[in-house]
Amino acid sequence: MREKPGLLDYARRWPLQLWMWLVGLFLYAPLAVLVLMSFNDSRRTTQWRGFTLDWYRKVFEDAELVQALMNSLTIAALSTALSVVLGTLAALALWRFRFPGKPLVDGAFSLPIVVPEICMGVAMLIFFARVMPWPPGLPWPLSLGAIVIAHVAFSFPFVAVVVRARLGSFDRSQEEAARDLGASQWQAMWDVVIPHLRPALLAGALLAFTLSLDDFVITFFTAGPDTLTFPVKVYSMVRFSVTPKVNAISTLLLLFTIILTFIALRLQARAETEQKH
Amino acid sequence: MNNGIDWRRSLTGFAGLMGPPLGWFLLFFAVPMAVVWAYSFGTNVGISDIEISGTFANYARALEPLYLGILGKSLAFAALATLICLVIGFPVALAISFAPPRLKTWLLIGVMLPFWTNLLIRTYALIALLRDEGLINHGLELAFGWAGFEPLRMMHTNFAVMVGLVYVHLPFTVLPLYAALDRLDRSLLEASLDLGAGHIRTIWNIVLPLASAGIASAILLTFIPVLGSYLAPDLLGGPDSQMIANVIERQFKRANDWPFGAALAFMLMYLTLFGIAMQSLLKRRERPE
Amino acid sequence: MTSPATKQPAEPRRTIIEFRNITKRFGPVVAVDDVSLTIEEGEFFALLGPSGCGKTTLLRMLAGFETPTSGQILIDGRDITREPPNKRPVNMVFQSYAVFPHLSVIRNIEYGLKMEGVPSAERRERAEAALAQVQLEGYGDRMPDQLSGGQRQRVALARAIVKRPRVLLLDEPLSALDAKLREELRFEMSELQDRLGITFVMVTHDQDEALALASRCAVMHKGSLMQVATPADLYEFPASRLVADFIGSVNLFEGRVEEDDHDHAIINLPELGIKAWLDHGTGASETVQIWLALRPEKVELHKRENGEGPPDMEGTPKGYNVVKGRILDVAYLGSESVFDVRLEGGKRVRVIRPNLTRWDQEDFSWDEDVWLGWHAEGAHILLA
Repeated sequence: MREKPGLLDYARRWPLQLWMWLVGLFLYAPLAVLVLMSFNDSRRTTQWRGFTLDWYRKVFEDAELVQALMNSLTIAALSTALSVVLGTLAALALWRFRFPGKPLVDGAFSLPIVVPEICMGVAMLIFFARVMPWPPGLPWPLSLGAIVIAHVAFSFPFVAVVVRARLGSFDRSQEEAARDLGASQWQAMWDVVIPHLRPALLAGALLAFTLSLDDFVITFFTAGPDTLTFPVKVYSMVRFSVTPKVNAISTLLLLFTIILTFIALRLQARAETEQKH
Repeated sequence: MNNGIDWRRSLTGFAGLMGPPLGWFLLFFAVPMAVVWAYSFGTNVGISDIEISGTFANYARALEPLYLGILGKSLAFAALATLICLVIGFPVALAISFAPPRLKTWLLIGVMLPFWTNLLIRTYALIALLRDEGLINHGLELAFGWAGFEPLRMMHTNFAVMVGLVYVHLPFTVLPLYAALDRLDRSLLEASLDLGAGHIRTIWNIVLPLASAGIASAILLTFIPVLGSYLAPDLLGGPDSQMIANVIERQFKRANDWPFGAALAFMLMYLTLFGIAMQSLLKRRERPE
Repeated sequence: MTSPATKQPAEPRRTIIEFRNITKRFGPVVAVDDVSLTIEEGEFFALLGPSGCGKTTLLRMLAGFETPTSGQILIDGRDITREPPNKRPVNMVFQSYAVFPHLSVIRNIEYGLKMEGVPSAERRERAEAALAQVQLEGYGDRMPDQLSGGQRQRVALARAIVKRPRVLLLDEPLSALDAKLREELRFEMSELQDRLGITFVMVTHDQDEALALASRCAVMHKGSLMQVATPADLYEFPASRLVADFIGSVNLFEGRVEEDDHDHAIINLPELGIKAWLDHGTGASETVQIWLALRPEKVELHKRENGEGPPDMEGTPKGYNVVKGRILDVAYLGSESVFDVRLEGGKRVRVIRPNLTRWDQEDFSWDEDVWLGWHAEGAHILLA
């Protein structure tokens, strides 16, 4: 028998529970259908005709699609590495120093987070067309440079926000203790501040990776004709028709996202118990 | 209490930390944006040459009824989508913030996961449901086929765009709402109930006013990205459901009228910056509490 | 600032720390105002004062976390005013302990030695020895989050002393602990200081802590030094009303010197309507106002219910140092009872009376008329 919900246990009152189920259905039903249909042995995606893995095989046979996925993962990895470094530096600088124009810089760094993707895409298009043309014909992965640059430009401020939030909970006397025990400024930062930031670095890296992998609009504008990325490829496939192949590749990506999310949550939970006083 | 040491006390340290991100930001964000801004005052001369002539013609054109209408429709779409997100999201945020800790974690993940999922995939998933031979129509046909059921036309309509916008942006509403509700002091609600108010009245009279700053921030955090949406109207909408982002894209990819596209892009920028200014104003007012 | 009873140490000790006219401003706020102070080798020195008095800033300047706006700080005669914290021969125990949460206990303690470049075998050996000194043998592999507050405090202590500093700085070292543990660690710390022979400089707002631990205290107020003295001198011979009031509680009566001789003084106390007899001369001018400071435990209660006459007070001619009052309130605190007594003129006096037997607490009660009296050696004169 279930006990009666407590006074403020809104989550356990039936109208809200019903609401939550409906919203859950709304959020997840489309994705569930998509996953289900990726195993459907039929070209037409509405009727269930039996289980098959054919569409997954076809995904891996599609050299262009695989190449696009490889490109996207490479871009995401490079962009993540650069974003984490730049974002952390920015967060540390804003945390550590007092300087004229600090609110301005602070506000400016948050601009890439809020500026509409389309505006930034347009800006990147013009920039790489007119101001700093990315040389064509560079060997892979240098050919992806323009996209990586664009991705870092909008990702590193997210990392900076996450790292900065974590710095807020840093006990400055930790750093002073390191200095007091003989560490130089940089050493103290490396030995004490960076370990404290570990969960935030991880969360920031994950965020940057997802943002990069997720981005369609900005890449769509930045990419030259010879670099195909995964979202751009899927976009062109979707525009033409709904095929089970897209279902299969989407399912794979969905799985990838779920795994990444859970890894991040696990690591973060572990880091939190470690850091707990 | 102390917001950092003076930058002059450690110039190399300051330069080493601030230099790379600031350099990146200036070169790869500020400069490109500035170029777009400059282009918005330019004129096409020849096929690919643009002269920054300082003209306001592009803005004037953007304010012609055709484009003003699209801008107005974008604002209306964004407002409606935000409202729907708020109505759907508030009970969700309320339930999450009052859930027991274990369940709370799972519910939060439940809201976050679609947020982490590729936007294109989420939009695509909707297509599979909404199109004429999609799952919804299929289901309806199974149920009502005997009565001579005609498939509902949902794809390429404003309805589909609205579903897409709400579907994609719901987490943007729920998370800030949750953050605001989670901060509420439980004893205030108990006091209200103790003093004789019912649950609905308590939510209306106590929770809503106290969470107003959070609600305002949720509104802006939803409204701003919806306004600039590109994919949902592009993939789900029809010819009459184009939003401003789609028009901008057309100027660059098809019509090849960069100065006009730049002006449209900056119309969107101005609206966005206005929204951000509003939000930071609200935040500042919230802080002294 | 010297009082009659300040005992000079038998042998002159070597000065280890010297503050020369130290001033520290934070914007418009003067945190430390022209402080000059010397601390001698082997002392357990306490900087005492309410929060915001500048004591922590002074300590942090000694550690190198703040730079004085003006003035000099010398350690062993060397000017270290502008030296960074990692180059100073001092180490600190932080108020929050600042034990590194991501390092095990032993690696926390080894950290400072590693910075010095001590080879790892010696490092481990010295760290283990330091752990033993704070009674934490066998805790080396624990992580800080597995330790209690008291244990973390000991780790912080071990981490500092393992560096063999010339001076150990302690910032409110016991404030985060509960009362019982605090008393225990107080004892241990004083023992540790004896054993190590290192100079300790402690900041505290807790007068009990300062009195119990320190060999000498500096009382600070609004950035300035009020008095530097041994704990006993601070309590028995405070230099000003401020110090008298901050260290323990005190009854203050306005008055003027009427007679001043080398072996006694007579003070007129108009608020009480009586005269006080003091066992020593004051050197105060008869025209200025002075204050008589009287600690609550130095006031005696005598019966007056049945018309008893004034009691004789030791060292005092008849009629001095006694005054009539009525008990307004009694607080029984177990070891002692605290009385709130109203004098005939309306002045209130606080009296503490030890409960020497199980029945003492019943001796005096509410609304009882009493005599108050104190010895010639009981009161102290304050000029400011």
